[in-house]
Amino acid sequence: MINGIIEWLSDGEHWSGPDGITARLLEHLQYSFSALAVVLLIGIPIGLYIGHTGKGSVAIAGSANALRALPTFGLLLYLVIGYGDKLPTDWIYLGPSLFVLVVLGVPAVLSNTYAGVQNVDPAARDAAKGMGMTGMQVLLRVELPNALPLILSGVRSAMLQIIATATVVAYVTLGGLGRFIIDGLSQQDYFQMAGGAILVAVLAVALDLAFAVIQRYVVSRGITGRYAAPAANADVVAAESKASV
Amino acid sequence: MIKFESVVKKYPDGTVAVNGLDLVAPSGKITVFVGPSGCGKTTSLRMINRMIEPTSGTIWLDDQDTGKVSESTLRRGIGYVIQHAGLFPHRTIVDNIATVPLLLGWDKKKARARSLELMERVGLDPNFARRYPAQLSGGQQQRVGVARALAADPPVMLMDEPFSAVDPVVRGELQDEFLRLQSELGKTIIFVTHDIDEAVKLGDQVAVLKVGGTLAQLASPAELLTDPVDDFVAGFVGRDRGYRALGFESGTLDAASEQTVKFGDDSATVLRAGRDGWALAVDEARRPLGWVRSAAVPSGKQVGPELLHRGGTLASVSGSLRAALDAALSSPSGRGVLIDENGALVGTVTAAEVVQRIESHLHARRDQHDEGAVSGG
Repeated sequence: MINGIIEWLSDGEHWSGPDGITARLLEHLQYSFSALAVVLLIGIPIGLYIGHTGKGSVAIAGSANALRALPTFGLLLYLVIGYGDKLPTDWIYLGPSLFVLVVLGVPAVLSNTYAGVQNVDPAARDAAKGMGMTGMQVLLRVELPNALPLILSGVRSAMLQIIATATVVAYVTLGGLGRFIIDGLSQQDYFQMAGGAILVAVLAVALDLAFAVIQRYVVSRGITGRYAAPAANADVVAAESKASV
Repeated sequence: MIKFESVVKKYPDGTVAVNGLDLVAPSGKITVFVGPSGCGKTTSLRMINRMIEPTSGTIWLDDQDTGKVSESTLRRGIGYVIQHAGLFPHRTIVDNIATVPLLLGWDKKKARARSLELMERVGLDPNFARRYPAQLSGGQQQRVGVARALAADPPVMLMDEPFSAVDPVVRGELQDEFLRLQSELGKTIIFVTHDIDEAVKLGDQVAVLKVGGTLAQLASPAELLTDPVDDFVAGFVGRDRGYRALGFESGTLDAASEQTVKFGDDSATVLRAGRDGWALAVDEARRPLGWVRSAAVPSGKQVGPELLHRGGTLASVSGSLRAALDAALSSPSGRGVLIDENGALVGTVTAAEVVQRIESHLHARRDQHDEGAVSGG
């Protein structure tokens, strides 16, 4: 079994051509990142607004959670069958496909963004206002940087969900790595099917690692606790005892 | 100068937080708002920089109606220090302190230089500049909070229970340093606390507020302790206020000279120097070390640290009568040790002598009262 999968994956012919692994991988990334971009455009501004103002938190957070309960596959079929013919030709399958991936990703980004902003130390927010920052300055200079770890973890989990779920769009004639799973199933070529599944998993893990690296550099060291000098704490204690003498 | 003119804060649910407050906080002085929770002291403070909008009434900053300036302009001109410091966790200490200068459009270099200068001012090691708030202790964070409020050199500072979240020893240090800083800077300060001892220690004048947001008494700390205006204030300033008021009475005491001994002196010297069985040991700079019981030095032996009784407190010769009395009461010999500003021995004084001085002070004050009554009537 494993040998069969390795054989399928290592066959150079499977990697080239318009329906080869490379092409499918690029398609998969294209769907996923297009959907993720829309997710960020929707989730982050709304999340920041709710977190900053506290307005609509119950309504929006509630409906975002309700969205999580929608079965992606069912929704995709429903949209293609019900609304596909009302869309321009190019979008008959692509439109519903992107839509369901966006619906899948928005809740994680939206609720993490708003929770991140809401969890910012009230004293820091109060001080920022009290020192004369405008509402926008408080949001961009204090709330956003401090909410960043939570926002990024929301983006990260949305990305993983989208990458994994983008396989379903192959069912409605589109490409992507899901193609190998669907085709493998119908051709009873289980090596191809398992190979496709492994490729999705590897892609997800690789992107997650890349994201972790980005997160390290974007989030302030003051928040992550990774301070410059490893002996920093010892220094503080030493300096403190000096100061108190 | 900050002036409250019939200021009222009423919430939509009908709660009245501040009820017709009239008060003047003079320039260059510390005015403390003190009172139990729910007395509107924090609300009153936060109305000055319009973190809370008054329902009615006017707050003046010198001749500027605070309601008529934009909120951010007003706030950038007022230093603001809060209970948990409220430092920005994602910024280094130097950047935290530079916040207001940068908001005001200073160039980065100048703002940084100013930050470093202020770190020194508030007693922070310059090595902390590149550190983050989470790397500092609570007391150090609060120093950063004060430095940050001072960064753009505002004439007015609002301080909302700034020292209440640190332990008592650090609080005492911060208070002393705050007073030293204020003696250099002479800011107009409103300071909120629920701790009457802190109010009395720091305030040039103290405003005692009552639940419901009314002013019970506005007075100097000494007056508050000696002449509370009603039962509420009397209850709030608490027990021992007669004794605590002595903290504001000072007078040069006639110190009796004291024969001293040094480490290494033998028992015969101690017996000769001692009075009533006790001798005071001092070091080379005549700084008091402790008392030695003459009879406790075995003949032929010498005075050493193990024979010292260290119970007595020291009082500055030009300090308060409270400290002098405490020195006398706590001294094993019954003689309170007075020192000069270098910590060197001046002489000793007994409790009876201090009390005599206190009585003559009180006597003088009663005479003044009587005269006042006569000329007033």
